[in-house]
Amino acid sequence: MMMQSNVAWMLGGIFAILIISSILVIVLQQKKPTKDYTELSQRVRSWWVMVMVFTLAIVFSRTVSLLFFALISFLALKEYLSLIPTRRADRRVLFWAYLTVPIQYYWVANAWYGMFIIFIPIYAFLFLPTRMILIGETKDFLRAAGTLHWGLMITVFSLSHMAFLLMLPAENNPGAGGAGLVLFLVFLTQFNDVAQYTWGKIFGKTPIVPTVSPKKTWEGFGGGVITSIFCAILLAPLLTPLSFPQAIFAGLLISCGGFIGDVIISAVKRDIGVKDSGSLLPGHGGILDRIDSLTYTAPLFFHFIYYLHY
Amino acid sequence: MPMKKLLRFIFFAVIVKLVVMLILGLNIRHRTRLPQAGPAILVANHNSHLDTLVLISLLPLALLPRIRPVAAMDYFLRNKYLAWFAEHIIGILPLARKGFARGEDPFAGIKASLAAGDILILFPEGTRGEPESLNKFKSGVARIAEGAPEVPIVPIYLHGLGKALPKGEALLVPFFCDVFIGEAVPWEGNRHNFVEKLENKMSALANEGKFAQWE
Repeated sequence: MMMQSNVAWMLGGIFAILIISSILVIVLQQKKPTKDYTELSQRVRSWWVMVMVFTLAIVFSRTVSLLFFALISFLALKEYLSLIPTRRADRRVLFWAYLTVPIQYYWVANAWYGMFIIFIPIYAFLFLPTRMILIGETKDFLRAAGTLHWGLMITVFSLSHMAFLLMLPAENNPGAGGAGLVLFLVFLTQFNDVAQYTWGKIFGKTPIVPTVSPKKTWEGFGGGVITSIFCAILLAPLLTPLSFPQAIFAGLLISCGGFIGDVIISAVKRDIGVKDSGSLLPGHGGILDRIDSLTYTAPLFFHFIYYLHY
Repeated sequence: MPMKKLLRFIFFAVIVKLVVMLILGLNIRHRTRLPQAGPAILVANHNSHLDTLVLISLLPLALLPRIRPVAAMDYFLRNKYLAWFAEHIIGILPLARKGFARGEDPFAGIKASLAAGDILILFPEGTRGEPESLNKFKSGVARIAEGAPEVPIVPIYLHGLGKALPKGEALLVPFFCDVFIGEAVPWEGNRHNFVEKLENKMSALANEGKFAQWE
């Protein structure tokens, strides 16, 4: 896969942001040596690792990209199934649930849209409870079937939309192709997270969903929305076929969707009683903590652009 | 490097690493409490055959030739293929559970191994119990501690491996697993107290995770 120059420019820009952040952390540490910046510097270091892995996955070849996205789905599903209370009787059912990951990404790799879009909502939805019935444990049946399918929708179905962006016909987006769409989605989603966090830290006053996530504020959310719309307007011509008004809407969609995805996973963690979903990414928590927003923005952005341009 | 040692190295450096890091994935707390060198004893709860592999993978590969899981002779040496695998690839130190002559020390092999500077892995519950529940420790661990009071005995609580591969199952189902490492429990001259202290340490480690019962 030839990397298009727009994609290369975008990746260069992301690395520039990382370098600036790292310098900023060092300056902060030197200016106020008494304050503890461990978490911040840990976070930035994890961002370096994530961006480098992501860059390699995107520029190498489409097969590598798809395997990478499948791996993320697998890790997220594993984290989810390790967090939630599962039934001992369902061990084998869970094995089938894991098998949906390679199957779903196989449909993606073959650009079989019809199967990709119904496989988990219909076939997995019908099959997994059938397998449970064959085992015959009825205690907590509904809870088990419900939580399992919800997890598959979030970690496999939703996230695989990000991978399907790579399979959309390149000629509809001559400047940057599928990789451009993925970059636009992932960068905007992650940047929106950071922007909402930063605006909230500086101006945050009015809690927005205090029982779910007490640190989320209207000020942070609003600042994130404006920042994301601004970024979307700037980046859309470089990476997507979106027009000016469409770019505004995409920015709004990603910032609002990202916020909801984030607090949904917060609600799940609060329900289970854990602070972080795991410890895979130092300073961030687990993989679900990092991709929570993407579970909402990936399908929303995909269907928005799919409807308008493909 | 002799062939068997090479095979053991490859098994742990490639296959076990892949299973432990990718298919399972570990959430390790207090990694710094692990011993840096032998002699030492790692004591863990036992739910799955994976326990031994995970514990071995916690230590650097350079220490691999020194690591010996203590395992029941009657179970692992029951046929010659399993015996070959257990002895040369896993590197077990076989322990007879019954049938000693009068005056024979069942722990002689363990003492010799510790004297040589090995890192032993020991499951004082004696066997893989019901998945994801702690059982009473047997007293052997205290007798070993008595015989080697200067050797650090590090309790390690494992959670999740009994879900991934419980007793009697052959199908491995991926789960993230928790590994909580405790501080070494010193020998203070009394077997009963030692076992009790070790058990308390283990329950305290288990409570760090607030895990729900698996049923």
